[in-house]
Amino acid sequence: NRNERRRIGRGKLRLQKWYVALSDTQKKKISREVIQMVLARKPKMCSFLEWRDLKIVYKRYASLYFCCAVEDQENELITLEIIHRYVELLDKYFGSVCELDIIFNFEKAYYILDEFILGGEAQETSKKIVLKAIEQADMLQEEAEAPRSVLEEIGLT
Amino acid sequence: MPAVSKGDGMRGLAVFISDIRNCKSKEAEIKRINKELANIRSKFKGDKALDGYSKKKYVCKLLFIFLLGHDIDFGHMEAVNLLSSNKYTEKQIGYLFISVLVNSNSDLIRLINNAIKNDLSSRNPTYMNLALHCIANVGSREMAEAFASEVPRILVAGDTMDSVKQSAALCLLRLNRTCPDLVPMGEWTSRVVHLLNDQHLGVVTAATSLISTLAQKNPDDFKTSVSLAVARLSRIVTSASTDLQDYTYYFVAAPWLSVKLLRLLQCYPPPEDGAIRGRLTECLETILNKAQEPPKSKKVQHSNAKNAVLFEAISLIIHHDSEPTLLVRACNQLGQFLQHRETNLRYLALESMCTLASSEFSHEAVKTHIETVINSLKTERDVSVRQRAVDLLYAMCDRSNAKQIVTEMLSYLETADYSIREEIVLKVAILAEKYAVDYTWYVDTILNLIRIAGDYVSEEVWYRVIQIVINRDDVQGYAAKTVFEALQAPACHENLVKVGGYILGEFGNLIAGDPRSSPLVQFHLLHSKFHLCSVPTRALLLSAYVKFINLFPEVKGTIQEVLRSDSQLRNADVELQQRAVEYLRLSCIATTDILATVLEEMPPFPERESSILAKLKKKKGSGTVSDIEDSRKERNVNANANVNGSSDHTITNTSAKPPPSFACDLLATAPPPTNRPRPIPSSSMLHTPLTPLSPKAYTPQPVTPTVPFYQVTSSPSSDLLGLGNSSAVNSASPPTSSHAASLLVDVFSESLPVAALGSASAHVIEENFSRFVCKNNGVLFESQLLQIGLKSEFRQNLGRMYIFYGNKTSTQFLNFSSSVVCPEPLSSQLNIHMKAADPVLDGGAQLQQILNIECISDFVEAPVLNIQFRYGGSTQNISVRLPVTLNKFFQPTEMTSQDFFQRWKQLSAPQQEVQKIFKAKHSMDTEITKAKIIGFGTALLDGVDPNPSNFVGAGVIHTKTIQVGCLLRLEPNTQAQMYRLTLRTSRESVTQRLSNLLSDQF
Repeated sequence: NRNERRRIGRGKLRLQKWYVALSDTQKKKISREVIQMVLARKPKMCSFLEWRDLKIVYKRYASLYFCCAVEDQENELITLEIIHRYVELLDKYFGSVCELDIIFNFEKAYYILDEFILGGEAQETSKKIVLKAIEQADMLQEEAEAPRSVLEEIGLT
Repeated sequence: MPAVSKGDGMRGLAVFISDIRNCKSKEAEIKRINKELANIRSKFKGDKALDGYSKKKYVCKLLFIFLLGHDIDFGHMEAVNLLSSNKYTEKQIGYLFISVLVNSNSDLIRLINNAIKNDLSSRNPTYMNLALHCIANVGSREMAEAFASEVPRILVAGDTMDSVKQSAALCLLRLNRTCPDLVPMGEWTSRVVHLLNDQHLGVVTAATSLISTLAQKNPDDFKTSVSLAVARLSRIVTSASTDLQDYTYYFVAAPWLSVKLLRLLQCYPPPEDGAIRGRLTECLETILNKAQEPPKSKKVQHSNAKNAVLFEAISLIIHHDSEPTLLVRACNQLGQFLQHRETNLRYLALESMCTLASSEFSHEAVKTHIETVINSLKTERDVSVRQRAVDLLYAMCDRSNAKQIVTEMLSYLETADYSIREEIVLKVAILAEKYAVDYTWYVDTILNLIRIAGDYVSEEVWYRVIQIVINRDDVQGYAAKTVFEALQAPACHENLVKVGGYILGEFGNLIAGDPRSSPLVQFHLLHSKFHLCSVPTRALLLSAYVKFINLFPEVKGTIQEVLRSDSQLRNADVELQQRAVEYLRLSCIATTDILATVLEEMPPFPERESSILAKLKKKKGSGTVSDIEDSRKERNVNANANVNGSSDHTITNTSAKPPPSFACDLLATAPPPTNRPRPIPSSSMLHTPLTPLSPKAYTPQPVTPTVPFYQVTSSPSSDLLGLGNSSAVNSASPPTSSHAASLLVDVFSESLPVAALGSASAHVIEENFSRFVCKNNGVLFESQLLQIGLKSEFRQNLGRMYIFYGNKTSTQFLNFSSSVVCPEPLSSQLNIHMKAADPVLDGGAQLQQILNIECISDFVEAPVLNIQFRYGGSTQNISVRLPVTLNKFFQPTEMTSQDFFQRWKQLSAPQQEVQKIFKAKHSMDTEITKAKIIGFGTALLDGVDPNPSNFVGAGVIHTKTIQVGCLLRLEPNTQAQMYRLTLRTSRESVTQRLSNLLSDQF
């Protein structure tokens, strides 16, 4: 259903997720087209765009655009709120999220997305439950993390 | 550096990312990345075994580099290794890398599948979730094969954790979307339905998505979900906003779940059970009521969530189309949104109203908003919203408001965005024709269209106006007068010159009585545009001139002079030169009687569906427009017959197009009347290619049926000139007129067979058809331009066919379209669904189209694939028989010798058996024969027949309605090079068909 969701900032793709199998070239081409179209939109325009046989639903948060390409009969408004809920999740997790958080912790952004949406459909819409799942995973991570050598800590390897 | 978040430890990664961000130029960035890639590569290749942490870190760096847009061609193996790590974070990174980077057809899939299998059986919910997420993210066929039975088991197992159930449900949904054939329905389906009763709303949400998807394909299996969904919805809708705790979103109770439930209900008709139906109606009313309540929050999230549910409820109301009160209430609610300050709501209201307009209960209610909609057309600042307004005006149009709507659309067209002009032009043209009471209005409207937006008036539009004028003699005089006046404008669009030339050529005599539009004036007017026009238009004008010679003998001299001038007779363009030569000759040698016969007025065009409508449908895909059109059509029974009558058995985007096997039907979508009819490669033509013909004219053009504007220009006329030994190049002595005259008459009498020939050559290509009976992949068709390859797979009564179109030229194919036609009775026996193809196929490129096939009952004929595209200025039509044969729906059945003969005896009625004895066409190789029988779809049963050189097979044909068991026996006689094939099934038609298919293979 939800074909792709992506976040872009200043024309750069920060995060992308595809729910249909496509080749890398196709993905790149689609990304380029969508980014161009969305960036060309002026404020106050509506958040929905027809594109090929899909609909693009997008929303802008500061310098970041969040876009979803969904099938024609999909509910646009609820898709818009999917985006918002995802932003809320990021915000809660990172503590007032900014673009840099997503760049430096892209793997986290992916986990949160997977907990929230799977196969293009909302899996768990409760904010508390999603965050709890992520926190539990983080706990596992901390336990597993053995102390590293000093050299590695400062990133020299 | 940002505030580093919790639980993170990869310092090296953060440093690398910072480095990249500090790069001042693209070059510096690439340099830094290459350095890092070299480093990682050497680490991976190095002798020292890497520990898990380093592997994780490097894999993560690779992932980051990939996400920056660079190609990554190594590291996959290391990522796969991470999967089997027992440290959670390493496993997690491994899975992430694979979800993002591994293509569904990677070689590593087997290794990955192994790791997933281990995690699924680990009983650790976190690991299970990671594994399920990975399956859902990759969703490849291989994964579906490996896990399609495992995932449902996890989903319905009693001891599965809620979070795992959610992942399993959506994972299964993804697999079902990728490979529906691999996800078998089973006893788990009924248990999935009961997940709608689960206490955990997250589980219900995930399950509802899954059930909706499955129910679309197998509505019967999930019928029970309707009552459960209604009950669930009712509880949500009536709950206080705090009841659902964290599932309440900005004071709206479980909006996602509500939307999904409403969507699920749209897979079914209104519930039959009165109580359930009543409860659902209550729910819908409550949702409509809530829309009127003051908002509980000023936040946009509140109104979005609330309205998301409302719009979905309205979709359900429209889907049911049975409750007039609800429909009208929905319409009023949308009417309020039309003037809402939120652009999004205005957009959605316009869109939703479009579908409401197609319901007979709400059509009138929608019409009351016409002024608001016209106003949005004028004032909306966003083109997407204006587009919706145009769509809605089109949808709400009927006889009562057609004039107003067409006028508004025309005036909008003057300032409309370029991107939507063509579509508006098509819509105006359709409405003008459909609701024309008097055709003078229609003619005016189309000429206005050409004046305002000539560049966007496609060929279909102006062909159509000509067809209509020719078919209606009450409007011909008016049309002639109007085009004459329009042509007076100093700068008029070329499309107007075309229409003008054609109409004056046919009906100029109707206005010739007026000295202001005398024949000579008409001619000079047309000729004043001649030099500014493109070649096809000039060609059309030349034909108009020769028609003038017939209509007005007094201008014959003037026209002959024009034809005789060097710029015509020696024109560099072969087409123009040929026309000038032939027309001049014709006017010199033919008597007036013969001229009158040859240049007679065009006969009426056969009534048929508007080609414009077909074009609009194509443009918009099979989506909204055609739906609206189809349902509206039923209501507008009085509307012009031309636009009615879509053929039910034609499928897909071009659904309205008539099957091209009838040349006359095709006229609707045929190339322009300007084109001289292309020489049909008939034998007479090929023998006397004296007239200069461009090589292109000889390229195989399977039927380009043309509108025969002038019979004289159809191919036999060149034959005539050839016989007369006069050609443009040779300019030999002219034949005597009497000789020519008799020939001309002959020519005329031949012109009808020529048209018939055109239709005959529209044959369906099936030369490779029988090759596919026993196999599923290969090349179906190949010409100099196009190659069509097939890959198909069948399972039970379902099938999927991948069609690959390869453009063998270096030029683009434009307006590429394809459709599948199932002639009666096949249309009720097979369901074929096809997504629209991309209209452009680049040179050297390949395009894939997927066909989903469902076998309803046994069948004999095979569907036909029609392909149309423009290549180098001409339209190519190709029709190929698609190898969807009954045996594809075989499931092999293994059985013992005893079983076989017992069943064999049961099928002993004479009509159940077909026996054929035939000569071997191929070498009688045992292995090949075995492979063919297996390829045919039956099981090959060893040791059943007492004679080991015989072959015995058994299988069951699966269709939606019946299953037919089939037993077969093939007895080769190598000495005689003969076979005897005996088939027994319980159904005569099946036996016959299978026997015909199989006996052709040996």
